[in-house]
Amino acid sequence: MSLMLLIEQALNGLQYGVMLFLMAAGLTLVFGVMGLINLAHGSLYMIGAFACAAVAAATGNFWLGLAASLAAAAAAGALMELTVIRRLYARDHLDQVLATFALILVFSEGTRWVFGSFPLYLDIPRALAGPVRLPGGIDYPLYRLVLIGVGLSVAAGLFWLIGRTRLGIRIRAGEADREMIGALGVDISRLYTIVFALGAALAGLAGALVGALQSVQVGMGEPVLILAFVVIVIGGIGSIKGALVGAILVGMTDTLGRFLLPIAFSTFMERSQAMSVGAALASMLIYILMALVLVVRPGGLFGRA
Amino acid sequence: MNLKATLVAAAAASLGLGGPALADPVKVGMITTLSGGGASLGIDTRDGFMLAVSRAGNPDLSVVIEDDQQKPDIAVQIADKMIQSDKVDVLTGIVWSNLAMAVVPAATAQGKFYLSTNAAPSQLAGKGCNPNYFSISYQNDNLHEAAGAYAAKAGITKAFIMAPNYPAGQDSLAGFKRFYEGEVVAEVYTQLGQTDYAGEIAQIRASGADGVFIFLPGGMGISFVKQYADSGVGLKLIGPAFSFDQTIIQAMGDAALGVLNGANWSPDLDNDANAAFVQAFRAEYGRLPSVYAAYGYDTANLLLSAMDKASISDPDAFRAALREADFDSVRGKFSFNASQHPVQDLFMREVVRDGDILTNRIVGVAIEDRGHAYEDECKM
Repeated sequence: MSLMLLIEQALNGLQYGVMLFLMAAGLTLVFGVMGLINLAHGSLYMIGAFACAAVAAATGNFWLGLAASLAAAAAAGALMELTVIRRLYARDHLDQVLATFALILVFSEGTRWVFGSFPLYLDIPRALAGPVRLPGGIDYPLYRLVLIGVGLSVAAGLFWLIGRTRLGIRIRAGEADREMIGALGVDISRLYTIVFALGAALAGLAGALVGALQSVQVGMGEPVLILAFVVIVIGGIGSIKGALVGAILVGMTDTLGRFLLPIAFSTFMERSQAMSVGAALASMLIYILMALVLVVRPGGLFGRA
Repeated sequence: MNLKATLVAAAAASLGLGGPALADPVKVGMITTLSGGGASLGIDTRDGFMLAVSRAGNPDLSVVIEDDQQKPDIAVQIADKMIQSDKVDVLTGIVWSNLAMAVVPAATAQGKFYLSTNAAPSQLAGKGCNPNYFSISYQNDNLHEAAGAYAAKAGITKAFIMAPNYPAGQDSLAGFKRFYEGEVVAEVYTQLGQTDYAGEIAQIRASGADGVFIFLPGGMGISFVKQYADSGVGLKLIGPAFSFDQTIIQAMGDAALGVLNGANWSPDLDNDANAAFVQAFRAEYGRLPSVYAAYGYDTANLLLSAMDKASISDPDAFRAALREADFDSVRGKFSFNASQHPVQDLFMREVVRDGDILTNRIVGVAIEDRGHAYEDECKM
């Protein structure tokens, strides 16, 4: 194992982390501001990927697809909020989980109805294809470097939005005291729709960007959704900063764990067995991390205890 | 209860009216995956099977089809319902080994025939073999064995091998190593359902291997192949047909070109039955068939051939008729061994571009007349 390989794996972990952040940011905003558990967040990720793949296939232009994914996911999010989610704010979390789980089924079968059961083709744009040589002689895929850049820029943009704009002030006020901000004359239901659409657009963006690397198929959102929940629990529910730190922690732990644990085990076990045991333990690592964080800080790293 | 009995009687009566009843009617229950991420495999299984049924036009054969959602508990419920209230004689269609293990032993114990269109776990080939269980597809290890046998011929002397960490993944790597003559430089297990392979690709780059064997079915394979092509590593890629079949290579695009994959069937396999099958499938469904469609088609034709020879009401005669395998397989050579699994040639295919679509072409024979590794454990 060389230092170069370790650095490359750390970059992989960072890239994985910032993509998880795009998913987790929307989820944590919606939970923080509206107190809503949205299981259908993964469906918005899927909608983004399908919109991007469909438009990119029709026009031959990935960037148009990317714009379409933002628009489609935001529109789906706003529609979802206006028709279903709005009725759930006053209900308890179990009702929310049931209703949003139903939405997953509706979106999944709806997508299959429109696009069929076979995975769609979506490739990374030609301009970003192939590896680039980094200082130190690492060949690293350019597209993944761009993903890291996009993810960090979105994070910076969100911090600016929440901390420096009027909308951000309202979002923070909504988190702190819902009734009071309503009483002060802010149109709370419009604010909720905007926040929900914003979170949906981020999920759609993540779906399109990651869809180009992976497979665009029905059900692609649910595994990511589980990880996004782990991220926001680690980071502290409602905290954007927590979502960023949590996402990068999860990304790093998962990638480096998968890489280092089998190597560590093979120092004292037979190789084939070490690989299997190491891989099994690596897949548990992020949940162990989550448990440890909750023991030390029950509200998450940046949550209100 | 009365209503149900009436319905069954009405169904039986209508079947009888369908044509001159030479033999007892056979009712088939197809349990396969028609929704969720694995649906494309089940849909091809169904379409291949039903194509053969409609081409034969045998009025004595009827089929009920249900979606197992890729969940073992649902598959068991459907099997119970099909056996008890639909009164099926034959079950078929299950794509996944864990579902097959949940359904097949119970169904065969109740005297029903099970004809496997895909899943054929080692348990059912060896110690758990059963006179009422036939695998028409293969034994699960076969396509991995084909890749292992051919890898050295393809110039892979130092292989990096990788599969998800679950029983079929472990069987896959064992199957590859069974006939592989080169050196295995690294053996990596990934998470089941993993979608990002940057970490593994970095390990491949650093491993000093000269070729990569992967068993990553469904979306996992699509993700890996796209990321691998983009990484510029460029070592020869080899795998079983599951990862590079017609149902998924379009989603990989040009990244899949040139990948070698072990199979027992290919759309260009040169025999009359196959040419007719590929042409009819394209005409009926507007797409190229996959291996799953080919297995479904062969399974239906095997069943139809047995119906011509024996009556389902005499299970021993019907079983003997099935064992003869007297049908024109789209795989050309096809016979059963004692454990009622196929003996067939295993090929190596390469992904190529044919006009607008990607498909597979045979590049060579991997193993001739291959049965399976668990034959000696089957006492039957």
